[in-house]
Amino acid sequence: MSKKILIIIPCYNEGNSIPLILEQLLHLKLPYHYQMEIAVVNDCSTDDTKMVAGLYPVVLLDLLVNLGIGGAVQTGFLYAQQNGFDIAIQLDGDGQHPPAELHKLINQHKKTGANVVIGSRFLDEGGFKSSFARRIGIRYFHWLNRILTGKSIYDSTSGFRLFDRKAIDIACVKYPDEYPEPASLVLFSKAGLSIEEVPVTMKERLAGKSSISNFSSIYYCVKVTISMLFIFIRKPY
Amino acid sequence: MARIQLITIAINILFIAYISRLIIKGKLREEYAIVWCICTFVLILFSFWRGGLDVMSKLFGVFEPPNLVFTGFIFIILIYLLHLSVVSSKAQHSITRLTQELAMLKEKMEKAEKEEHIGN
Repeated sequence: MSKKILIIIPCYNEGNSIPLILEQLLHLKLPYHYQMEIAVVNDCSTDDTKMVAGLYPVVLLDLLVNLGIGGAVQTGFLYAQQNGFDIAIQLDGDGQHPPAELHKLINQHKKTGANVVIGSRFLDEGGFKSSFARRIGIRYFHWLNRILTGKSIYDSTSGFRLFDRKAIDIACVKYPDEYPEPASLVLFSKAGLSIEEVPVTMKERLAGKSSISNFSSIYYCVKVTISMLFIFIRKPY
Repeated sequence: MARIQLITIAINILFIAYISRLIIKGKLREEYAIVWCICTFVLILFSFWRGGLDVMSKLFGVFEPPNLVFTGFIFIILIYLLHLSVVSSKAQHSITRLTQELAMLKEKMEKAEKEEHIGN
């Protein structure tokens, strides 16, 4: 039986980079028993993201209120849950996550049966590695995640992820809204899901800005730390 | 009755009238009005009972009666602010759910419309 995969692309003002990504995705050859659908979640963009994405044969989920990355991705999860998808893959709309690397996540999932597979920048040499300050932050979250989940996840801030049905069900109920990547790992590991990492090569973003600017990076660290600690304390739902 | 008492009582009555008006017009939900009603009740109590503040300060062991007023009210205000944060968090959660549902409904509708178009 073929498996249905939903590619979730959360977009906020990605009108410049989205055509290239969709072009690449639509020409992608997946292993034969996989069926792919693409969901573009337009998080209340002020540019022409919606119009541009509408030109392609994709599911366009248009949010009327800006929900932030977490709320946008969760919309994709809800769509996946309601339409019976087996796997959801988050792929950021800025071009950092090359669609050509998708099969690595899928293969890892097939091989290990992990509930969540993270595309990691650090397990492999080559490709874009992001700035020094950002690397410090990433190291900090690696450390915090190791304490809270007991797992060694190197790239806990990576948004390039695969979720299976179990993970989708959990994320539909409870998903951190603003900076969900590191915190959701605590959520998943508390629920007893297995998390795997696989090396991927990422690119520098094609266009647009990161949702985490230098100015708010301290706020980011504090907020994510608090959110991780409380998810850790809270009973799994 | 001292002048200050009359002034506070008058202001209290105006305050109660305003709260009632807001509730009647549907601009203030009853559950939030409870706090405001209790506040006005406390204020009225102390405007009639002038020596009340001294009695209460002695009871709590506060030397300067005004300090009791500040401490008490700052505490109440903090609790109320916390309550408001809870309310707004809940509202935000509801808005998120609504937005997500709406996005999915819109998608479904557009798809149906397209199919109908092709069918015709």
